Amino acid sequence: MTHSPATTSQRLLSSALRAPVMVIGALLSLLVAMPASAVGDEGSAALAAFLAQPIDPAVVSPDLSWAGWIIGLPAISAIICGLCCALRIRNKLPAAVTVISFAISFVLVFLLFRTVNPNQAVVIPLFDWIAFTWGDGRWHGIGAHFALYVDQLTLFWMLFVTGLGTLIAIFASEYMESDVGKGYARFFFGVSLFIVAMAALVMADNLVLLYLGWEGVGLASYLLIGYYYTKPSAVAAAKKAFIVNRIGDLGLAIGIFLIWVNYGTLQYDGLFQAIQEADNPAGGWDASLIPFCLMLGAFGKSAQIPLYVWLPDAMEGPTPVSALIHAATMVTAGVYLIARMFPLFVINPEAMTTVAWVGGLTALLAATIGMAQYDIKRIFAYSTVSQLGYMFLGLGVGTTYGACYHTFTHAFFKALLFLTSGAIMHGFAGQLDLRRLSGLRRVPGFTLVSWTMLIGCLWLAAFPFSAGFFSKDTILYWAMFHPTFAQPALAWIGLVVAGLTAYYTFRVWFRVCAGPVAYVPGEDDHGAAHDDHGASHAGHGAHGEHGGHAGHGGHGHDAHASGAAHGSASHAASAGHGGHGGHGGHGGRGGHGSGDFHPHAPRLAIKGVLFILAVGAILAGLPTYLVMSGHSSVNWVESMVGNSSAIMGVVPEALDTSHPHLLGMDGHTAMFVLSTIVGLTGIFVAFILHLQNRRLADRIRSGLLASSATRWLPTAMENKWYVDEAYHACFRLPMWVGGHLLHFFDKHFIDGLLVNGIGRIPPMLGRLFQPLYNGVLQGYATTMAGAVGLILAWIIWRWVAGGGA
Amino acid sequence: MGGGPLKVLLITSALLFSIGLVGFLSRRNMILMFLCTELMFQAAALAFVAFGRMHLDYSGQTFVIFILTVAAAEAALALGLVVLLFRRRDTLNSEVWSELQE
Repeated sequence: MTHSPATTSQRLLSSALRAPVMVIGALLSLLVAMPASAVGDEGSAALAAFLAQPIDPAVVSPDLSWAGWIIGLPAISAIICGLCCALRIRNKLPAAVTVISFAISFVLVFLLFRTVNPNQAVVIPLFDWIAFTWGDGRWHGIGAHFALYVDQLTLFWMLFVTGLGTLIAIFASEYMESDVGKGYARFFFGVSLFIVAMAALVMADNLVLLYLGWEGVGLASYLLIGYYYTKPSAVAAAKKAFIVNRIGDLGLAIGIFLIWVNYGTLQYDGLFQAIQEADNPAGGWDASLIPFCLMLGAFGKSAQIPLYVWLPDAMEGPTPVSALIHAATMVTAGVYLIARMFPLFVINPEAMTTVAWVGGLTALLAATIGMAQYDIKRIFAYSTVSQLGYMFLGLGVGTTYGACYHTFTHAFFKALLFLTSGAIMHGFAGQLDLRRLSGLRRVPGFTLVSWTMLIGCLWLAAFPFSAGFFSKDTILYWAMFHPTFAQPALAWIGLVVAGLTAYYTFRVWFRVCAGPVAYVPGEDDHGAAHDDHGASHAGHGAHGEHGGHAGHGGHGHDAHASGAAHGSASHAASAGHGGHGGHGGHGGRGGHGSGDFHPHAPRLAIKGVLFILAVGAILAGLPTYLVMSGHSSVNWVESMVGNSSAIMGVVPEALDTSHPHLLGMDGHTAMFVLSTIVGLTGIFVAFILHLQNRRLADRIRSGLLASSATRWLPTAMENKWYVDEAYHACFRLPMWVGGHLLHFFDKHFIDGLLVNGIGRIPPMLGRLFQPLYNGVLQGYATTMAGAVGLILAWIIWRWVAGGGA
Repeated sequence: MGGGPLKVLLITSALLFSIGLVGFLSRRNMILMFLCTELMFQAAALAFVAFGRMHLDYSGQTFVIFILTVAAAEAALALGLVVLLFRRRDTLNSEVWSELQE
């Protein structure tokens, strides 16, 4: 392919790549049309600011190629775990290999962080992967080398991906120990593969390698969510996650095609240069679609409206997977993608507005759903969706720093929350219903779990001076006051959501960890899968119809003191309500049927990881503490994000010095006060309803249910606003009906009439003549003689008719 | 009638054939049926000779030599088969073999 007519092949390729875009473009133009009013001055101001910041080209440094081991070591670990799986190794070797490789990767990331110049992006070539060129320069080749693009954003992401990956692997080594010899190696294979893919995604030097990691992450999450593959609900959740993610990935793929068509390169370095050097950076109509295509991919991976539905179902995986997928890594890939491709977004104000609104509305929707769920893990899953919404809100209002900082703090406290809920589930035989657990902080072995969970809850609830508070406040501040991209309406929504978040977070903590000690074990015995809470969850629907029950029948009862676990479960329920004796009656099936149920206290690996994560969550606020206390002049998270492509055109210095005012206060103070008020109010309401006077919560709920005017509210929230049902009606049902119609057509017309119908003709003809073959020799002879006679008669007739000649 | 010896010969041949055919169709005894097929054979042989004589060509008679030879061989084979069939069912009635249909 050397120097063939470049322009012709380029044009051909362009039109080939454009073709699928036409279809998608029609759909996306609906989105584009939405905030048309925002284009005007804001767009040109952002563009001017963007163009005023020259981007230094990256330095190629092959001498740093040892950084390739950051991806290589987890890959080796994945291979070893795969071999362990094949050889049926029955010990904890896979966990040890995984933990060690992740830890070394983390150390390597840290070394790389100390080695590279923070102001200079570095490209580290590893080996040639896809090199397809027909000339020099842009549009003359599709080059995707296996190279790493290392700037501060990459390092920022890799630090918490590998760091938290290590901690979660340690946690899982104990958590999954009942599966040693069964799925243990398979689990760690999945986790290793996941980190390989995530590292490739984050460290990629070009969009093709990023896409490889993107798909790899999707595959690994599919394998991990479907870990308990004998459970239909886990298989369904895995399929759902995979399919919903594919919808987003289609957008990402088309976005990558469009980037090549418009800018002629897929490597970040060249791409950023190309955007700035272009005569018209925003490009034509297809270039303006690029950020929408990319954000579709990000919405799929990061669980935003309309593609968030897979994430709550992904709870079917083992809890460390939830922590890994929901907290630290996979769901932040979308935030990373937009932060990395920020130059493409910042030149397109409609794209920014769309991201902000989708993020803000997702935060609100998920928070309202989270308020009404009873499954602890599910509540945290919805809170993840909600917090991711904040991150997208941050990206959309131009504060990549706020979004990235929130990703960072969220990674710690959400991993902590998932792992504490995992520890509770591990200890209480799969029980995750917050109505059936109470006062755990006084249960032996769960004190540390409760207090670390409190830290996670405070941080998630954005308690003043917690890390989560700072990061959330940054996002809300810029949503309110950003000179170019501010969306004050969304800032107010964000404040409301902050209050809701504080409420539902502490609803969990006050119910589960505080109050009198009472609990009902779940349906798993110790030997069975830990995550089998689907069955108990399914019961809630019917339960919910009765109103006024909220399952705290265990008040004042100590499950230890009330005989067999079976007895205590039904006794507790009937003591509280008289009518619900059946609930929880299966508790303690298996190993506990005849004796007391003893919670399974977590041991060192789980406790240690929880402790480290709690410390990490506290330290995540350190960058801000240091600035506030005057020990540091600059927030290092801000400077890290600022030293990357993610900051371009975001906060023009001239506008940053403006001092906005709100409610008669300085902008910063106003947001601080407002955030504090909503956060504390949420916690206070949760305190009243779920600790001090738990019956009040039930009375309110039954009061709402009793009136036909308000009944819809709790019902709709508990049923997740019927989004799954709506998707079912809009997409799955028509497809199901269409599929069955086609199946019917295929079965009865194609198969029945055409294929089998034609096949049935020869036997039918055969049956017509069958009587002739009766086995009597004379019968055959008569037929033959008769036929000969007929032929003879015919010949004679012809002869006579022909005039006897 | 008229028409010379050819006509007589052909009529004789047709009569022989018809007798053989009717015999074959009406009898159930396998040996008689076999003899009837031989009759039809000889009717054909007679027609060959008659036409050979008409055309003054020896090919007709050559055919007859062949037919006689083949008929002899076939007679030995067929009679052997009939004996075997008889031994199996103790009867020469062809109807007992009607399960060989299809």
